[in-house]
Amino acid sequence: MANVIWIKNGHVIDPASRRDGIGDVFVADGVIVEKLFDDQKKNVRVIDASGLVVCPGFVDLHARLCQPGSTARETIQSGSHAAAAGGYTTVVCMPDTKPPADTVGTVQLIKEIADRTAIVRILPTGTITVGHLGEKLAPIGSLKQAGVIAVTDGIGGVQNNEIMRRALEYSSMFGLVILDHCQDSSMTQGAMMHEGVWSIRLGLRGFPRAAEEVVVASDIILAHLTGARLHLQHITSGNSVELIRRAKQQGIAVTAEVSANHLLLTDAALHDYNTNLKLAAPLREEEDRMELIKGLLDGTIDAIVTDHSPVTPTEKDCEFDYAPFGAIGLETALSVSLEALYHSKSVPLAQVVEKLTISPARVLELEAGTLAPKRPADITIFDPNEAWVPKADSFFSRSSNSPYLGRTLRGKVRTTLVGGKVVYENGRIVDESC
Amino acid sequence: MTENNTAAWTRKDLIGIEHLSKSEIEAIFAQAEIFKPTLAGRDKQTSLHGYTVVNLFLEPSTRTRTAFEVSAKRLGADVISIAGSASSLVKGETLRDTALNIRALNADMIIMRHSAAGAAAYLARVMDIPIINAGDGAHAHPTQALLDAFTLRERFGKDISGRKVTILGDILFSRVARSNIYCLTKLGVEVTLAGPTTLVPQTFTNYPGVRVVHDLRQALDGADAVMLLRIQHERQTTTHFPSLGEYTSMFGLNKKRMSWLKPDAIIMHPGPINRGVEVESDIADGPRSVILDQVHNGIAVRMAVLHLCAGSLNK
Repeated sequence: MANVIWIKNGHVIDPASRRDGIGDVFVADGVIVEKLFDDQKKNVRVIDASGLVVCPGFVDLHARLCQPGSTARETIQSGSHAAAAGGYTTVVCMPDTKPPADTVGTVQLIKEIADRTAIVRILPTGTITVGHLGEKLAPIGSLKQAGVIAVTDGIGGVQNNEIMRRALEYSSMFGLVILDHCQDSSMTQGAMMHEGVWSIRLGLRGFPRAAEEVVVASDIILAHLTGARLHLQHITSGNSVELIRRAKQQGIAVTAEVSANHLLLTDAALHDYNTNLKLAAPLREEEDRMELIKGLLDGTIDAIVTDHSPVTPTEKDCEFDYAPFGAIGLETALSVSLEALYHSKSVPLAQVVEKLTISPARVLELEAGTLAPKRPADITIFDPNEAWVPKADSFFSRSSNSPYLGRTLRGKVRTTLVGGKVVYENGRIVDESC
Repeated sequence: MTENNTAAWTRKDLIGIEHLSKSEIEAIFAQAEIFKPTLAGRDKQTSLHGYTVVNLFLEPSTRTRTAFEVSAKRLGADVISIAGSASSLVKGETLRDTALNIRALNADMIIMRHSAAGAAAYLARVMDIPIINAGDGAHAHPTQALLDAFTLRERFGKDISGRKVTILGDILFSRVARSNIYCLTKLGVEVTLAGPTTLVPQTFTNYPGVRVVHDLRQALDGADAVMLLRIQHERQTTTHFPSLGEYTSMFGLNKKRMSWLKPDAIIMHPGPINRGVEVESDIADGPRSVILDQVHNGIAVRMAVLHLCAGSLNK
């Protein structure tokens, strides 16, 4: 009864239902409703969204929540707080925990911790191979039964084409999508950043674009062979975009994502060896950045992801070679996407929202990413223009390894609802457990 | 006698050549010219008297470490050398903590050699005392470049602009090459990089004033000096070239190939030499080799760097 919410006068953007205009959104008993009855209106909580965007909660296909195993970096709970603060209501978490999510027990543990502590929806993935070592298939069917939403081997991925082929064939039996971090690791020994002018100047070994592209190509070929569903993770190279574009034109069942970082930053940002910019999917050059944006616009790239990878300040405070890869992203991905796409006048606001909501939801066929009636009321309300400056002590994440510390970004989440419940509002997390 | 040069120098650290102006580079040379004649005598200079200078060498080095030690001592400093294997880093201590401890033990300056590119810049960010980069990974080795240019100036006169210098060998993994590219091009030298395609990628042509040549004859033709680089077999993965023997047959400097250079051209090498690999022994020991002059000049140039950076402490 109490759970009736009337979000008034917002700029409602719901790409799935082609809504894009000033209007209201109604929530009753945790789901979106078309209208409120008179008796509901008596006991309604009104949220004034004038001047704000009201859209489906964001869906992240690529985050690390580090639990079990690396809870100094992040926990499922702290990661869910970061997600809520960033407008994310559904987070797909990577299986490269310690131990990795390659057994039913570990998947159950992750689900149990998420059920108990998370304030947003956490969807675990499992590994493709045992220990994500790329050698022997993990018990993918059992992992599916335990509740994984997809399987992936993460960094370094499956390096053996025979195993990848069989993984695709086998997973297709369960309707599981394979997520692949495309990298030929034989070409990236000791690599620290994109191979190009900047790696030469800085004296760092490089990840050549080709190390990604050859795996994008082989993955496409194997997806074609098997007919299985394959999703290519955080694509960085402009040439990869073209390979994927052609594959889609041929009707091959591939989808692809890009991290928000790659839409805004290039390798030149590494000029002073800032370890927070050391990313496993390396920042590349301006021409790649432009191709990635083009790929988003024409539908070649389906989703923007955070690639949220927490690393403690202590671990990042060292020589560049020794710092772990990764940057946090859940709390900045919206702002970074808006800076790169909307404020730069490259992409309309509704399309940015689409790539953060319904489009990633469709990749894994999730019941999320829309404000359609009867769907769970996962809603994000944000101000696309509010300027803010990320600071090391301002994150809800346990870690602060953000590429954007001290940089003014535009776009700030005001309110996040999960299942009709406010989980984040005006800078504060609403979490009854703490 | 040193006032003019310290006026042109305001830096606390020497991390690389990239951000130095031509006048800063020339201030170092001018100071080195003052110090060089004093090396013949036994009397020490006094500008670092009472200073404690720490040589933190986290990667093997003989020449550079010794040269810095001699330089600091010739300026009157107390010098402590710490080698990588002897430091606490093997016990898991971070570089920041090691350096803070050295600072707490009253060090006034740290000279560091490190296998990781960017390590010197990192240390300079977290420390308030002067940091001198004695080589960081494949990134920079500024004092080597300065002593190389100083040696060229001794041979060809103070204005070396328009001279042609060929750097030959493993450019990709070489911090010496990178620092020399900046130093020489700032001084107007025409730089040619030469060696196998796998070790001298075309990307290096993005440095202004630099050309990349894979034909040795073309690379050496008309050069005033050739800087040979050691083939660092310990750094390469095995994929970069077939064998040392093949490297020598394609790119080793021998008598016949010497004739492609200008008649008065000089042969340089930062050491250590692989005799019979990148250069024939006779040439390394021959009259056109200035390899040991480079080593000797390394003392005066490093004295100048230490003197100038220490001077910034008193400003």
